[in-house]
Amino acid sequence: MSDEKPTEKARAVRARQRAIGRELRRMYDDVAQEAVPDDFMDLLRQIDEAEEKGGKKVS
Amino acid sequence: MPNSAPSMHSPKPENPDFKSELLGLVPFLRAFARSLTGNQEAADDLAQETLVKAWQSRSSFIPGTNLKAWLFTILRNQFYSDRRRAWRQAPWDQDAAERIPGGGEDQVASAELSDTVRALKHLSDEQREALILVGAGGFSYEDAAAICKCAVGTVKSRVARARKTLIEILDGSDTLGDATRPAGGEAAREIMAQLDQLSPGRSEQVGKKRDK
Repeated sequence: MSDEKPTEKARAVRARQRAIGRELRRMYDDVAQEAVPDDFMDLLRQIDEAEEKGGKKVS
Repeated sequence: MPNSAPSMHSPKPENPDFKSELLGLVPFLRAFARSLTGNQEAADDLAQETLVKAWQSRSSFIPGTNLKAWLFTILRNQFYSDRRRAWRQAPWDQDAAERIPGGGEDQVASAELSDTVRALKHLSDEQREALILVGAGGFSYEDAAAICKCAVGTVKSRVARARKTLIEILDGSDTLGDATRPAGGEAAREIMAQLDQLSPGRSEQVGKKRDK
């Protein structure tokens, strides 16, 4: 398809981009794999309770 | 499509699934938040705010659409509105993140932060978020565009420029110290613009909390 032959430079750039992608995914995945702090669960529980008490909208 | 979708406009869809889905996506909220802020504490605050907002506005979520993208949109909005409120606070702050002793594993991970991740702070917010969404978060350009409220083409060019900028930074670390040197047109201009934004009047913001 592309008739431009990948030059050395273009290949190098793509390799760099892939490496960058790996690093970014690693950073992101590292955080995503951390255990979620309890604060988050507590938070939802609190919201839930607050809503139950406050706006009783049960139809 | 089954007829399961209850009227989307029911005032309050009490849907236990929604809550558990929300919880299931918290790790990604934290990851995106960390990428945006570069700071663990700020990131978790942001992710929690997002969770509250999401829960409060859950009736506006349209079942069957991308919940993750919806949450990321909320998070991003929150990030920028926090930013506006406290503009001078916390430019992307991976350095602080590295200093934070986050306990065992966190610390190890932080110590291993690559030059690439460090270099992220020299991107504009727009380039960074586009690159993270597409390059790390696995979002399509279309979803990333929806999250960032811009055109698909804009996301593509931001991602491309972000990559280009990162490579330039990584290739010549002196660019960081000497932003006045043109390192390649637009990239250099953006870096300079970013630096200008981050240090109005070159005031030291980092130590502002302990101003004694």
